[in-house]
Amino acid sequence: MANTAAPVLVVEGVVKEYGEVAKTRALDGVDVTVGPGELTALVGPSGSGKSTLLNIIGLLDRPTAGRVVLGGTDTTDLDDRGLTGLRARMLGFVFQFHHLLPAFTAVENVMLPAWGDLGRPTVEMRAAAEELLRAVGLADRMHYRSGNLSGGQQQRVAIARALARRPALVLADEPTGNLDTASSAEVFALMRRFNRELGTTFLVVTHDSRIAEQCDRIIELVDGRVRSDRSVASSPS
Amino acid sequence: MPFEWFVALRYMRDAKGQTALILAAVAVGVSVIIFLSALIGGLQTSLIDKTLGSQPHITLRVPREAPRSLVEPTPTIAIARQVAESSQRLRSIDQWPVVVTAVEQVPGVIAVSPSITGAGFAVRADAKSAIVVRGVEPERFLSIIDVRARLVAGRYELDGGAVVVGSKLAANLGVGVGDKIRISSTEGSDDVVTVLGVFTLGNETVDATWVLTSLRHAQALYALPGGVTTIELKVADVFTAEQTAAEVRGRTGLRADSWMTINEELLSGLSAQSSSKLMIQFFVIVAVALGIASVLIVSVVQKSREIGILRAVGTPSRRILLVFLIQGGVLGIVGSFIGSGLGALLSLLFQTITSDASGAPKFLVKLDLSLFLFATAIATGVGLLSAVIPARRASRLDPATAIRNG
Repeated sequence: MANTAAPVLVVEGVVKEYGEVAKTRALDGVDVTVGPGELTALVGPSGSGKSTLLNIIGLLDRPTAGRVVLGGTDTTDLDDRGLTGLRARMLGFVFQFHHLLPAFTAVENVMLPAWGDLGRPTVEMRAAAEELLRAVGLADRMHYRSGNLSGGQQQRVAIARALARRPALVLADEPTGNLDTASSAEVFALMRRFNRELGTTFLVVTHDSRIAEQCDRIIELVDGRVRSDRSVASSPS
Repeated sequence: MPFEWFVALRYMRDAKGQTALILAAVAVGVSVIIFLSALIGGLQTSLIDKTLGSQPHITLRVPREAPRSLVEPTPTIAIARQVAESSQRLRSIDQWPVVVTAVEQVPGVIAVSPSITGAGFAVRADAKSAIVVRGVEPERFLSIIDVRARLVAGRYELDGGAVVVGSKLAANLGVGVGDKIRISSTEGSDDVVTVLGVFTLGNETVDATWVLTSLRHAQALYALPGGVTTIELKVADVFTAEQTAAEVRGRTGLRADSWMTINEELLSGLSAQSSSKLMIQFFVIVAVALGIASVLIVSVVQKSREIGILRAVGTPSRRILLVFLIQGGVLGIVGSFIGSGLGALLSLLFQTITSDASGAPKFLVKLDLSLFLFATAIATGVGLLSAVIPARRASRLDPATAIRNG
């Protein structure tokens, strides 16, 4: 769809090796380009390197070779501070185990990324967080400790948190992996809605083929290489 | 609220058990420091007050007379000789009014009292007692030893034939206010005097021997017209008495003995007490620091996944560092407030328990603001310092690993 515009993410020849002596190659030359507004599924069997790739794209890990360009910024030479800043401004994260901070309320969790980056909370920060929580259907749960919410509710808070700073790219690692079918559908519907309404780009690692088939595009990773990369024609629009 | 404070306070509030435990540890440590300082400070003050209640800070006397040989041996002539110690007679300090004016100028000296100190006997009926005659200028002597405040009977008046005696001496002689005694000096003169007052200074020897009389009267008794044998000084800071004594020695050429040299044993006892106090405080501080550090390290381990998330969503590592430093500092400062209260309570309780039958404390524990400020500063500093290792550990967590393994 919007592939003519400048890509949000460019991954070029990324190689990732683990181990000092006996080297294991988790990624073996991956090239991926993601344009703005795409909702892309990243699929593949266990051990195919999906999570490794997601960590490298998420700037939580560095590739052994190759480069990652995020929103036009080459991340190869950035130091820890630079990577942290880029993560704060460009990326949103949704993890499989939602990973909220249980001691904080839902609205505080949504505010934390901006708060941690800028230092102090602002009225706008709180308003944006509340608006997002209303949008994910948790208007009445805003001030609950996140530890007291159900799994599906927590994952919706996590999506609100990922979107709080209107990132260019949201990385979701098995966002529905830990949820029942109904909650999974609900959570995916939310991502799809934000993708449509806000034009947010999503890269979703998933095992669930039903989820994958609802995305715009499916990239399949096998043994650290991209095996297939196809658009989903039947994407409902 | 700044992010670091918000997260730090929320973590402490959330882990109530841990927070309470470590606050208790800090509070107990601080209260021990406060209690120990107050107790030992009070004890030392009371010991020094008692000691200095019956003696001047510095006493000036004429140097001892030393024998001098008439012929000195040379390399070629050896001399067989016997040195006999000179007998020490009572001598007046040469030009003493000048000396008094001079020592009044010495920095730190706040009172000067010229006096005569001589030995003698007191007799009443069958009772006989060895005495120390102290001829003093009444008002000046009060600024050295406040006899008036220590009177147990009569009044402090030393005019003409009036004397004020120690309570033990009065008991030994069986005299009271208004009674007459005969005193004789080592110089052979004697006189009948009237006891107008009886004092207790709390020093056995002093109370059993001292007879205070006027300077003029003592000069007559010891055949030292216009002379004085000792000049007594009081200094502003009792612990600088020895330095002041050295200074006075240099200026006057007289023998100057400070209470510190006379009471060397007391002082070494006090300093041993102070160093054991410091040792105990040091180890208490170490124990508190280890406590804070270990609880915070556990907290970092427990929260490593959450720290990883915060890092992943873009929180700079220095903010994570601060979150844990703040926890250490807050635990230190809050713990020391609780501990200060506890320590003060403990000290006052101890003071009440050790009071004698009449309810008067045997000694006062010494609680002052500086002690609390010191303890608070130490505890806060220790809290911050012991949080450094956990905080660095937290700030260096690799977010990806922390999220995966946390």
